[in-house]
Amino acid sequence: MPKDGIGASTKRREDIRFLTGNGHYTDDINLRGQTYAVFVRSQVAHGKLNKVDTSTAAGMPGVLRVFTGEDFAAVGGVPCGWQVTDKHGKVMLEPKHPVLAQGKVRYVGDAIAVVVAETEAQARDAAEAVVVDIDELPAVIDMKAAVAGGPLVHDEIGSNLCYDWGFVEENKAATDAAFETAAHVTTLELVNNRLVPNAMEPRVAVGDYERSTGQHTLYTTSQNPHVIRLLMGAFVLGIPEQKLRVVAPDVGGGFGSKIFHYVEEAFVTFAAKVVNRPVKWTAQRSESFITDAHGRDHVTKIQLAMDKDGHFLALRTDTYANMGAYLSTFAPSVPTWLHGTLMAGNYKTPLIYVNVKAVFTNTVPVDAYRGAGRPEATYQLERVIDKAARELGIDPIELRRRNFVQPNEFPYQTPVAVVYDTGNYQATMDKLIEIADLAGFDKRRAESAKHGKLRGLGVNCYIEACGIAPSHLVGQLGARAGLYESATVRVNATGGIVVMTGSHSHGQGHETAFPQVIADMIGIPADSVEIVHGDTANTPMGMGTYGSRSLAVGGSAMVKATNKIIAKAKKIAAHLLEASDADIELKDGKFSVAGTDKSVDWGSVCLAAYVPHNYPLESLEPGLEETAFYDPSNFTYPAGAYACEVEVDPDTGKVKICSFAAADDFGNIVNPMIVDGQVHGGIGQGIGQALLESAVYDENGQLLSGSYMDYAMPRADDVPFYTVDHSCQTPCTHNPLGVKGCGEAGAIGSPPAVVNAVVDALQRAGHTSVTHIDMPLSPSRVWAAMQA
Amino acid sequence: MELTDERLIKAAPDVVWAAILNPEVLKDCVPGCESMTGSVADGFEAVVVQKVGPVKARFTGVVHLSDITEGRAVTISGEGKGGPAGFAKGGAKVRLDPVEGGTQLSYEVSASVGGKLAQLGSRLIDGFAKKMADDFFTRFQETIEGPAAPDPEPEGEPPEGEAKKGWLKRIIG
Repeated sequence: MPKDGIGASTKRREDIRFLTGNGHYTDDINLRGQTYAVFVRSQVAHGKLNKVDTSTAAGMPGVLRVFTGEDFAAVGGVPCGWQVTDKHGKVMLEPKHPVLAQGKVRYVGDAIAVVVAETEAQARDAAEAVVVDIDELPAVIDMKAAVAGGPLVHDEIGSNLCYDWGFVEENKAATDAAFETAAHVTTLELVNNRLVPNAMEPRVAVGDYERSTGQHTLYTTSQNPHVIRLLMGAFVLGIPEQKLRVVAPDVGGGFGSKIFHYVEEAFVTFAAKVVNRPVKWTAQRSESFITDAHGRDHVTKIQLAMDKDGHFLALRTDTYANMGAYLSTFAPSVPTWLHGTLMAGNYKTPLIYVNVKAVFTNTVPVDAYRGAGRPEATYQLERVIDKAARELGIDPIELRRRNFVQPNEFPYQTPVAVVYDTGNYQATMDKLIEIADLAGFDKRRAESAKHGKLRGLGVNCYIEACGIAPSHLVGQLGARAGLYESATVRVNATGGIVVMTGSHSHGQGHETAFPQVIADMIGIPADSVEIVHGDTANTPMGMGTYGSRSLAVGGSAMVKATNKIIAKAKKIAAHLLEASDADIELKDGKFSVAGTDKSVDWGSVCLAAYVPHNYPLESLEPGLEETAFYDPSNFTYPAGAYACEVEVDPDTGKVKICSFAAADDFGNIVNPMIVDGQVHGGIGQGIGQALLESAVYDENGQLLSGSYMDYAMPRADDVPFYTVDHSCQTPCTHNPLGVKGCGEAGAIGSPPAVVNAVVDALQRAGHTSVTHIDMPLSPSRVWAAMQA
Repeated sequence: MELTDERLIKAAPDVVWAAILNPEVLKDCVPGCESMTGSVADGFEAVVVQKVGPVKARFTGVVHLSDITEGRAVTISGEGKGGPAGFAKGGAKVRLDPVEGGTQLSYEVSASVGGKLAQLGSRLIDGFAKKMADDFFTRFQETIEGPAAPDPEPEGEPPEGEAKKGWLKRIIG
């Protein structure tokens, strides 16, 4: 076995270029004759767009053209990729989303006009000279006000209620009945705060058009270039796929926000043809705040019914989910199929009913953000369990254990449609208790008390569903896309390998982890394998990277293709060794005839495939290249248990995270170091949500926390050193690698741990009326809770 | 944001009232005001350069006077557009009450901002608006009374030099 195969903590090869300034990002792309686009955006949240006067701007130095909504009157709008059907069997309301505003503006940041000029400075100067005449209309920001007769965001659809989803509708009556007779009911109302994704690299798009061939190219900061090609080509601009290439080179973080098809991508592609020059748009950070799809923003009431011993009998939850002003690409799926299906958590709750009202407001569109629906599900469930434990006087860990799906009960059919294939929640909880040294908590708490600090412990579990699939099922649920993944494995004549994957890497480490798998399968060094991704011109149609799906789905496609390669290579080896291919074994990069000392090495077989002098040409094609598509039969279900210890300053309410431990079950692990890093990053984002981050709008729809002066990102001193363990492994039963997903786990599992810990600290200090504090747990909120 | 305050101006209410309605006075008193034209009936057009935190802009806007109770009360409201920097809207309800030694001027100011001003400067707005209001009414007071002097000027003895004269004295003195 190669030393850098599956299980090796190989250092990420891509980090060499990232850390030495040699990454090649979209903004690094500068084409000959390139022009620059600057957008004129709405400064009001809602208004009637009377007139856009571009006459002055059009005559300014360097300006090639000023575009307005009129230029896009005949062009399709930006499509939504998921149609949810509500509890009345009615499809969701789906308003038009024009590339540039037509008649109305609907949020601060809505695109009104674009100046294309020779330089960015000239474009910016001219954009300031575009005169926009808007009659400001009353804006609707609060979701409940929006559905209670507030101003209409979209007049033509007649309502701000996008859909009213019930899940599982058939369980509703039985669920309500269970609440009637339950010994104890715990109720919690909470807000899952709106977040700004803040990828380190802002969005960028460069459009290019080759008039002689009619070929369009879009370079863009995307997590899924094939999806953008399909959506933009087919639904917005009407460009056939063979005439449209989409390239997403190095991408500096996405966290979901770069899944979606944005109007800026359609604009530069369209405009490049009109001005017959390449057109580049680079977001300024302020622009990112008001145009990148935001995350979360749920207002929820959850209720848990239990018997006298704390066994869960029924769960019901009502959520208002903010869609913002338009439906972003996958927005409708987030509070529904990525949220309602996870409400069982790690527990055997026989009856669950989930209601979600998706609401239009005059705010930035909201869509998937690291975890996407699953953090919202986990947060409310794990918070209400914590509250229930306190009300019942049962230890919160014991209450959870009492209700766990037990190790011998898998596969486990939940009442919310999904079937968990494997898991062992007792084992991850046992591991957590060990690595977090929960036995030593009382001692640490006494130590904190000596320093005048209130120490608290928060524990919770999580489960998530990764690698959303299978395609035929999600199609029934409203997805307008397949959810398979693809790979082409190209073996070169001298034995090196290039894998062209439909997945996309923007921080996940594909270029390191994927070769480890092939190295393991064939028995060659990982550094003889290269990964190509991010370009529709040289990768097979793939759905990209989100929902922690790359290794489980994309990796599985690569395994399938590699198995085809191995099968063919064995035939070649059999010919060379004059044996039957059924007798050929591949081990450590060498093909041998079973039970003999006859063998031929990997390189010789590859050479024979491309220099087929001694080759069975009559029965076998030359060459060694295979493509596979993989459509999973189920999600994978990573799960774990997290513990957070905090110290609260009783004078100021300031929360300090003292320790954070995570025991995760990700199934088999390819690169433990990359997994550690993914968990670290996820927890960091979860701590950010729990303590610091919040997108705040005023009543007029102005984003008040629209810069890093007011939007608090976690910094190094806000997070502790993490204790991470993934030795509890129940391999996925339905993908060839037995892997689950690890990209979102930290962001899903960590917010409730932090909040549980702070509430625990206050409760232990005698603030017994404090049963909940809404995130972010800023010093002022915690302090105010202590004064109540 | 909203704030209220009051101050004593050492002049008769009718003098203060006349000053409030005078665009020249307003121009001198609005911090950063480059021009102010128009009339009470039609409203004033103003150009103001201001810096809020990181955002500096030239605001052009209109100022309207409404709810006028002759000699006693007026509402001054305005909206300024600062191009890419955003916009600001605000108003001040001003009330004049005769008191011993002059006029009690009380005001309620409200202000809101949008666009980049809100995005970048929202938490600075309260302090900024308070300072703007303080500056305005301080200048207004000085314009009417003349600059604050360490020793009160003897009655009936105008100070030397026009520059030191307040608006009132420039007109009547």
